Amino acid sequence: MGFWLIQSLNGLALGGLLFLLSSGFSLIFGLMRVANLTHGAYFMLGAYVGLSALWMGVGFAAAAAAGALSVAVAGGLVERLILRRLAARPPAQRTLAQVLVTLGLAFIIADGCLWLWGGDPMPLPVPPSLGGAVRVFGFAFPFYRLVVVGASLLVALGLWLGLERTRVGAMIRAGVDDMEMASGMGLPVSRLFTAVFCLGAALAGMGGVLGGPILSVYPGLDTDMLPLALVVVILGGIGSLLGAFAGSFIIGFVYTFGQTLLPDLAYVVLFLPMVLVLVLRPRGLFGARTA
Amino acid sequence: MRGLALVIGAALLAVPFIPAPYYVNVASQILIAAIFALSLNLLVGYAGLTSLGHAAYLGMAAYAVAWLTTRGGLGHLPAAGAALAITTATAALFGVLALRGTALGFLMITLALGQILWGVAYRWVSLTGGDNGLTGLTRPRPFGLDLSSPGAFYLFTLAVAAVTFVMFAVYVRSPFGAAVQGARDQPRRMRALGHHVWLVRWVTFVFAGFGAGVAGLLFVYYNQFVGPQVVGLTTSAEVLLMVISGGAGTLLGPVVGAATVLLLKNVVSAYITRWVMLLGAVFVLIVVFMPEGLVPGLSRVWRTRSTL
Repeated sequence: MGFWLIQSLNGLALGGLLFLLSSGFSLIFGLMRVANLTHGAYFMLGAYVGLSALWMGVGFAAAAAAGALSVAVAGGLVERLILRRLAARPPAQRTLAQVLVTLGLAFIIADGCLWLWGGDPMPLPVPPSLGGAVRVFGFAFPFYRLVVVGASLLVALGLWLGLERTRVGAMIRAGVDDMEMASGMGLPVSRLFTAVFCLGAALAGMGGVLGGPILSVYPGLDTDMLPLALVVVILGGIGSLLGAFAGSFIIGFVYTFGQTLLPDLAYVVLFLPMVLVLVLRPRGLFGARTA
Repeated sequence: MRGLALVIGAALLAVPFIPAPYYVNVASQILIAAIFALSLNLLVGYAGLTSLGHAAYLGMAAYAVAWLTTRGGLGHLPAAGAALAITTATAALFGVLALRGTALGFLMITLALGQILWGVAYRWVSLTGGDNGLTGLTRPRPFGLDLSSPGAFYLFTLAVAAVTFVMFAVYVRSPFGAAVQGARDQPRRMRALGHHVWLVRWVTFVFAGFGAGVAGLLFVYYNQFVGPQVVGLTTSAEVLLMVISGGAGTLLGPVVGAATVLLLKNVVSAYITRWVMLLGAVFVLIVVFMPEGLVPGLSRVWRTRSTL
């Protein structure tokens, strides 16, 4: 009984981290049709920046903000200076160009992190106020993981409110549904794209800092996280916040239980459902029907 | 053009005479990567289907031939044949699954299938050796020739590469190849004309898997080792980058892309520690200045220079 509970909580924690990682990816792809394969690198960069911030003595919340902000700035620059140029190209060439450029940027960021922070894996120190363990049905469980779950739920709520209740959110949803129509109606497409890209990157960066104490920060974190983000977004459906939410927690549970119950087949357990979903329902659980 | 081809051919044959064996080995690696990239190009460039799981077939053939020769007790020729058969069957199965999706769905399904094979290679330790991989492999002796020296192996690889290059060239220039490209550009119109678009794509998928299998065999013969990275996402992404940066949809593009990546990896890395960053920067610059790839871009520059 205790085992299932502990692993469920672990699954929730992982799901929360995955939500922070993939909600941005889903929004960016849904609105801008950009498969941002740099997203894993943004997660890692945010974690490293947060680590440095903590070394400099700032508080944990400030470090998370620093991670998010720095990645948002990087993402904004990338979007403005590089991705924008691809918009005018024909769709077939555009996809390939996006893959090439986003992977190229991922290489640059990953090597830059290796250069600046070295190759040793480093755990992000848990702030004392969030440390320690709690008693759950007689078992000890790290308090920090519950904090991660709580934080990601808050972020999810914030994003949902932002998308559903604000004008900007309505604009984003309109753009995801039908960009041509929306820009014809006078949407400030250019500013919206940059804003969404920065938001998505910021979420990933924050996720990196929050995930630091659990996953550690190491070279290769980006290539470990990117496939998970892709799986979540495909499972949940592109451009759907609810899809990213559901997908994150499903994958969090599947991955956690898979690793503990069937360690030899952990990756099969992870990717097989994704293949099944794609084969049976290509647009994912909550995705819109793409053209 | 003929003159250029002759010069390149002579240069390729002269490689074994380079005094430093290291560079002969790099040339062998480039040829193996070129075959791998050319096979993916059939999907990405000619069929218009971007795959992020092509390493699955390279790895399948590599692991199959490694396992069959070390633990299965088969000789080199039957093991190679069996490995290619297994790889082609895998490609046939995966093709059916992957073609359920269109552009992005296809990308994701191929990614997932590649990761499943990687997961098996990494975790099913009793079968694949896990992270330690399979060792103790030997190079084959085609017609009794010894391939242990870099020069001899290079010439063997060159021969195989030439044959596969011709195979791919014949494929894309045939009427079937034209149908493949038509299915890429105008699937609806092709269906209206009576072409079976799914079948055309599936056959291309299987053939691309076969080509990757050939590269996988050569890879194992060269390295005499196989490990899970061979099947991993990094390998799939790398070969995709080779194809796109060199020029998808051309026959020489993937070769140039393979050469670029491998030269940076193996030669430039000795002089520049941050060669990964340089490689990334090269990709970004290619997208900004020559988005169609190096080969089409350079030939475009050459053509416009001639008119000045």
